[in-house]
Order: sequence, then C-alpha cells, then structure tokens
Amino acid sequence: MSKLLDLLPLLATMLVAATSIGLLISRDWRWHISLLGIQFAGIAALTSLSWPLEMAITKMVAGWMSGAVLGMAMASVSSNWGREERFWPSGRIFRILAALMVAITVFSAIPEISKILPQVSELIMVGGIILIGMGLLHLGLTAQPLRISIGLLTMLSGFEVIYASVETSILVAGLLAGVNIGLGLIGAYMITVSEMEQEYE
Amino acid sequence: MSTPVLWIFVPAVVGIALFFLRRWYRTTVLVGALTPLFLTIITLVLPINELVRLGPWAFKVSDTLVILGRRLFLGVQDRPLVILIYILVAFWFSAAFEARAGRMFVPVGLVLVAVWIAALAVEPFLYAALLLELAVLLSIPLLSPPGTPPGRGVIRYLIFQTFGMPFILLTGWLLAGVESSPGDLDLVVRATTLLGFGFVFLLGIFPFHSWLPMIAEESHPYSASFVFFFLPLMVSLFGLNFLNEYAWLRQSTNLYQILRVGGVMMMLVGGGWAALQRHMGRILGFAILMGTGASLLAISVLPSLELFFAMQIPRALALAIWALGLSILQRTTAKPVVENPEIEALNTTPPQDLLPRERLRFRNLLGVGRKLPVATAAVTLASFSFAGYPILGSFPVYQVLWRNLATGTPIIAALVLFGSLSLGIGGIRSLAVLVMGAEQDAWRINEHWLTAIFLIIGILLMILIGLFPQWVLPYAASISEVFSQMTSQTLVP
Repeated sequence: MSKLLDLLPLLATMLVAATSIGLLISRDWRWHISLLGIQFAGIAALTSLSWPLEMAITKMVAGWMSGAVLGMAMASVSSNWGREERFWPSGRIFRILAALMVAITVFSAIPEISKILPQVSELIMVGGIILIGMGLLHLGLTAQPLRISIGLLTMLSGFEVIYASVETSILVAGLLAGVNIGLGLIGAYMITVSEMEQEYE
Repeated sequence: MSTPVLWIFVPAVVGIALFFLRRWYRTTVLVGALTPLFLTIITLVLPINELVRLGPWAFKVSDTLVILGRRLFLGVQDRPLVILIYILVAFWFSAAFEARAGRMFVPVGLVLVAVWIAALAVEPFLYAALLLELAVLLSIPLLSPPGTPPGRGVIRYLIFQTFGMPFILLTGWLLAGVESSPGDLDLVVRATTLLGFGFVFLLGIFPFHSWLPMIAEESHPYSASFVFFFLPLMVSLFGLNFLNEYAWLRQSTNLYQILRVGGVMMMLVGGGWAALQRHMGRILGFAILMGTGASLLAISVLPSLELFFAMQIPRALALAIWALGLSILQRTTAKPVVENPEIEALNTTPPQDLLPRERLRFRNLLGVGRKLPVATAAVTLASFSFAGYPILGSFPVYQVLWRNLATGTPIIAALVLFGSLSLGIGGIRSLAVLVMGAEQDAWRINEHWLTAIFLIIGILLMILIGLFPQWVLPYAASISEVFSQMTSQTLVP
C-alpha cells in the first residue's frame, strides 16, 4: 500500500498528461467530458500532495461539476459538432505532433522553472506545466465553446496544481473552485446561447 | 450589520432577485437604478463603527466581515470610492431601458458591481484577482446576450482575462519573498515581470487589446461600455493597491517610465486606429483603449493620483452618453438601406434584418443623423469629450495631463495630443457619415422624448463639467486619499 502511495505522484502526473493529450485529439464530446472527469481525479491526486485530502477533493468535485454542466449543455443543443470537426484525421496527426512539441518544451523548461519555485516538487511541476501547455495548445487551435472551456479548465488546473504547493488558504481554494464551476457554467452558456430566446426590446 | 454586507451582499441579493423578475423590464430597470442610489444615500449618512440609535433599537455598523478565515474590509476611508462607484452605476442603469440593453443588463450588472466591490474589500488584497475573474465570467452574458452566438471578441476576452489571474496570484506569492529579502534583485525582477504580464492581460494593454474593438463591434454598445468602463477601473484600483502596499514597487522609477511608455503606445494605437475605422462600435472600442492609456499616463505623472480619479467622472459620462447614442442609432438601422426604392417595392421578399454587428457600419448609417439629430449630437460630442476636446468634460483633466507631460517629456506630450486629435477625427468622420446621404432628408427629431431628455441632459452635463470643473473634479480627485501611502499634490487646472 505504501509503495502505491509512493507511486501516486508519478501515476497522477502520467494520468493528467494522458488525459490532456486525449482531450486534444478526441473528436466526440462525450469522450471530452469523460476525459475531463478523469483528468480532474488526477489533478485532485496531485493537489493532495500539497493539501489535506479533504481540501484537495474540492478540485475534483468542482471539475466534475463543470464537466457535468458542459455535458448537459452539449446534450441539449442540436449540435453541428461533427461538421466542425471534419478536418480529422490529418488534424489528429497535427495535434499529436503539437502535443509532443509541448511535452518536449515542458521537459526542457522544468529545471529552470524549478529554480524559480523550489518549494514545488518536480513531479507536481511536470504535471502542472504539462496541463498548462496542453491547455494553451487547446486554446490556440479552436474557437468552439466546449473546447475553449476545456482548454481554460485544463490550463487553470495546471496553475492550481502548482499554486497549491505555495498557498493553502481555504478562501483561495473556495474561490478557485468557484472559478472552475463558473468556467463550466459560462462554457455551457456559450454552447447554448444561440438557441436561447432573444431578450432584447 | 457590516459595511461589506451593505455594500456587497445587498446589491448582489437585489441583482439575483431582479434576475428572476426580469420579465418586467421597466420595473427591473427602475429598481436596479434606485438600489445604487439608495446605497449611496445610506453610505453618506450611516456612521461606521459607531452606535446608531433608531427609536428603541441600537446597532453598530462594523467595517469588517470575516469569511473563511479572511476579511472583507470597507472602512470610512473607502466611503468616497464606494459612493463614486454607486453614483456611476445608478447613472448607467437609469438609461438602460432607453438603450434596450437587454433584460439581463441590470440584474447581472448589480451582481457584477457587488463582486467588484468585494474585490476592493478582500484582504489580503491579492485574492481580488480571483474575484475579478469571477466578475469576468459574470460579464459574459452581458456581452453575448441570449439569441446570438458568442463572437470571437467575447471568447478572446474570456481567454485573456483568465490568463491574467494566475500571473497575479503567483506574483502575490513572490512578493512575500521580496518583502523578506528586498536585496534579491532576481526575485524583484521576476515578481515585477509576472505582475506586468498579469496587468497587460487584465487591462487589455497593447498587444493584447484585440478583444476590445471586437466586442465593441459584436455586442450591444450600452452593455459593452458598462463593462469597458468598470472593468479597467477596478483592475486599475487593484493595481494601485499594489503600489500602495509595496514601497519598493512604489519607489521604482523604472515602473513609472514603463507605465508612461505603455500609456503613450495605447493612446497612439487607440486614437490612430479609431480615426481609420468604418464601424462606430469599433471607434468606441479603440477609444476605450485610448482611455486606458490615459489612465496609465495619469498614474505615471507622480506624485499624484488625483488626475487618475478626476478623469473617471467625465469619462464615465462621455462613455454612457456615447453608448446610449449608439444604441439608438443601432436600433434605427435594423433594416438595410434601400438603394432603389422603386425596384425594392416590386420585390416580394422583404429585406432581412441586418445583423447587430452590421448596424453600426458607416455604409448602413448614411444620413441617419437627419432622422436622429439628438443621438447624432450625443455620439459626436461624447467622442470629442472622451478625446479631451475643449469645453467638454474631459478637457480640464487632459489639459493638466498634457501640461504635466510637456514639462518633462514634450515628445510624449505631443504623441498623446496626437492620439486625442486622432480620436476626434474618428468623431468627425462619424458625424460626416451620419449627416450625409443620397437623399437630403429634412432634419427632424425622431427620438423618443425620454431618450432625447436623457441625451440632452448628458450633453449639458459634459459641457458643464468642461466649463466648471471645480464643481465635480475636486471631489473625484479627493478619492485618491484612499491610497494613503501614495503621495499627493494639488490638482491645478
């Protein structure tokens, strides 16, 4: 059991790396929501290395709530998602290559960043920076509200994992959870807004 | 009872209640405009931290509220700032119905104001970055109203504002290290760089400003101008908190030079691009950019914050009147201009409504000014006032700014003046488009009488503040005392 706990940081880092790449290349929104849920479990595991478990769990709960809201929004609209994503599979190859470039950049930048933030353990830093990198890549490749929300949630989660090592305030944890849920709600709003009834005049 | 409950939770609760009552549009606007007015009066008369007797009851209004181990603090010294914010909000909300800013404008606007004031009140003040991000999320429904797909500007705004928050939070942590070892130059450089990046994103400073004109083109002008005025103001106040709190930052001469260069660049980019636009919304967007640049310059001409606060009232007035005028013009140009009426009359299919983003394009506004002369006058004069043209509201403040810059750096003063002149050219081009047309229609006031009254009062106020700045600006300038650590000098127009 203790060996498994020792492996937790490595497993959590590998999990968030895999899910963030999965989010980048998957084309079905149901996969997006599922992968986002799994990613937030990994994020909670990484955060639990810095925070008490009961506080770290808030990351997962907030993330799952965001995912649920985004999923409900996608299910409720007459989606043209399939048509917008028609550039696959050439786009998939491009995204895998882009993700690889981000991973290489992250691993080459980690020693320098670790000097700036010596309090943060190396695995947490790797997990956090990979999430930030993949989130930024996601944001750079799309204008689709679901993908934008997922990109922002991924990018912000990466920052939160690192920030948890230096800040343990309950208020900050609560506000960051509020921001995550807010991003989910606003993403859902942007997905459904064009089908809502106009309220002008 | 405490001031945070009164100034943060009361408007938030009223806003949430109005959200569910938004079916009754006029009532929502009326209650929404009266709430900040009521709060202003309460703020003026209520003693803080003193026993208040009302008949048999006695109570004390404390200045602190503790939430999750942290404080929300709004003391006596914050009172002028809170009053200014609530008066401006009441002013903005009062014409919301005339502008048809949407049923969500007032309810969401009230909650937004509550979150912004919470951002001013939270201690440690670094946590305000999180509240500002929450406010950005709340503002999305105002900028992308129901029934229209979210535009690229709104998406970019959300992304850039969200980028800003982590930089500020990390800076906060680094600053604790700087305070304990101020001699560590590497740490100081890192903290300042991160802080700079945070504010570049939050304020939409060049080159991360592209969302400003895009939103001004896509969104309703009145809602957009509300967010465009209060968001940079609150972010600037947050930035001033940094200067007020950290002496090493405040005493850095490099910082003020960077602010000055950034401010000049924004005034040039904003004014220059405003002169070249063919969309009145985009001209407004670039004017906002120029306004942010002027704020940075006003902060940089130390040792005074009075100029920064003095410029807020005329700017708010000009922006609200400008946006109200644009809302009226936008509503009138819902249908495309008929170029050949005889042929058009034979056409069996009526022309489609113009998309909201197309309505303020120059080609769709030709000659509209003859039908809407009051709105046209308001838009033109507001753009001149915003640019700092004589006898209008912002002129006395801009005059001080130009003079202060000219004494030390005449080239910068000339560039700033060029930015202001360029925005004025944008205003003249708008006026030319509005009054020219294929058919020279007779001039006739077609605005609703209430709309015309709002616009005329606004125009008169702009002229009165320009002619008699001593009536209003000293009060606004006195708000700088909130930032007690920042030294102050007298504002001499």
